[in-house]
Amino acid sequence: MAQPIHKGRAFKFGDGISTDLIIAGKYAHLRSNLPELAKHAMEDANPDFVKLVKTGDFIVAGSNFGLGSSREHAPLVIKMAGVSAILAKSFARIFFRNAINQGLPALICQTDKIAEGDILEISLDEGLIRNITRNESYSFTRIPPAMLNILNEGGLIPYINRHGDLKL
Amino acid sequence: MGKTISEKILSVKSGSDARAGDIVICPVDLVFVQDTTGPLTIRQFKSGKKQTLAAPHRTALFIDHASPSPNRQLSNDHIFIREFAAETGCLLFDAGSGVCHQIVAERLARPGDIIVGADSHTVTAGALGAFATGMGSSDVAVAMSLGKTWLRVPETIGIEVTGKFSRGVGAKDLVLYLIGMIGADGATYKALEFTGSAADDMPVWQRLTVSNMAVEAGAKVGLFRSDKVTEKYLKLQGRRKEYIPIAADADAVYERMITVAADQLEPMVAMPHAVDNTATAGSLGEIRVHQVFIGTCTNGRLEDMAQAASILKNKKVRSGIRLIVCPASSKIYAESIKAGHIQAIIEAGGIILPPGCAGCLGLHQGVLGDGEVCLSTANRNFKGRMGNPEGLIYLASTATAAASALTGRITDPREAL
Repeated sequence: MAQPIHKGRAFKFGDGISTDLIIAGKYAHLRSNLPELAKHAMEDANPDFVKLVKTGDFIVAGSNFGLGSSREHAPLVIKMAGVSAILAKSFARIFFRNAINQGLPALICQTDKIAEGDILEISLDEGLIRNITRNESYSFTRIPPAMLNILNEGGLIPYINRHGDLKL
Repeated sequence: MGKTISEKILSVKSGSDARAGDIVICPVDLVFVQDTTGPLTIRQFKSGKKQTLAAPHRTALFIDHASPSPNRQLSNDHIFIREFAAETGCLLFDAGSGVCHQIVAERLARPGDIIVGADSHTVTAGALGAFATGMGSSDVAVAMSLGKTWLRVPETIGIEVTGKFSRGVGAKDLVLYLIGMIGADGATYKALEFTGSAADDMPVWQRLTVSNMAVEAGAKVGLFRSDKVTEKYLKLQGRRKEYIPIAADADAVYERMITVAADQLEPMVAMPHAVDNTATAGSLGEIRVHQVFIGTCTNGRLEDMAQAASILKNKKVRSGIRLIVCPASSKIYAESIKAGHIQAIIEAGGIILPPGCAGCLGLHQGVLGDGEVCLSTANRNFKGRMGNPEGLIYLASTATAAASALTGRITDPREAL
């Protein structure tokens, strides 16, 4: 299945963005009210993030993005905020799997050349990130085939509902 | 070619010759959620086509992260969890039972099991030789319904711990030292396997501390072999029959080996706001603390209560310092009362909380004020972790925490022993 091409602005973050920075544990009481929870996405890393982000935009970060808790609410609130993909030098294991399971592309690439506000265009099929602002392109590490199948179905639950079983 | 513990367990469970890098589908022996990940997991489960549990008696729900509930919304989440348990007949450990990982160790985890939990510290059960790993709600919902999951067989980093720990130094210092050395992403996607004389000698309560924090180096599992020490622990829990020995082959292939000399270790502290930001307790200079927290799935065991009590007995927590102590399970709580630990802690001025996660993740029971410093025996010191991004969290062993409660500053526990 062909993936859409995503286009949007880069929101830059540093290394080691924990799940507590993505969605703080103190908001656990909002986890059964996802629209309210999503208002606090990335709050302790960039308090204006939810106000500024628009549908299609990207989170562009350093290494070990999403370390910490297994809360799937972390990729979920990022997706609900409108983010179409996360680009990072590396991801923490559980977060990476959770993002794919939520149908949110998590792409491993060099992110140093991308600046805050750069306009990016990402083609998952071509494996290419175009930085329109800087007229550059970057490649990203291909998502493993087993996980790409899940991403292509929009996440793990839609995948299982369609296939009835894990078939990797 | 020999196999690591991960390769051995995943080979048996997947019915294939599993090697690092392979992707396998495995049956799951235990699946669990807790009260902050459970509601989403249950909703994911209910949005699936198959809405029956594969194994109700091996599916567990824990109310531990906010227990008893501090607010209306979480109380309603707890109702939702209890109703699901009643509908499906799965196991429910309600408020006051204790932290999920402690109860899993006491009652549910078996050597050689594959355990999937919607909590990153599911790795704790690696101390009993179980391939136990944390996953998100979608994966756990699928494991609940299909009774299986997919796993990439991890490469293994062997951690050989030689010699013996010196007085005042233990498992927490070892694991903080290790994370400081390899970094918070030093073992991402990998297994850690602990070997060597000091690891083999470590009792299960210490192994649990080490495995618990494997995830703080990014690891998928933190494994100890299953041996006589494991058997003794299972016997104490009335589960001797569940013991099987598991060890890596002598010619197993490790991605790399790291040797740590236990004799050389000193009491360690992780400084704000990262677990790999470590230093020796003695090198910190004057760090005043406002709150000391002893407990959690890392250090809330009976032996932690005993250690805290022995340091605090007949002494007083320094004026102006809050000492908060939380046994990790109701079993530990009851045994700590019987042994006199709780009385010693209360008489020293400590506050005892009901078994659960307490203030570890900032929901209640010890949220920090602006600029306040907490010395905690938990596993995370991320910015905002204890409910306030303006709070500062240091991590250390129970001995360091108890000694620091007496002085009001971060203190090398060897001064108090």
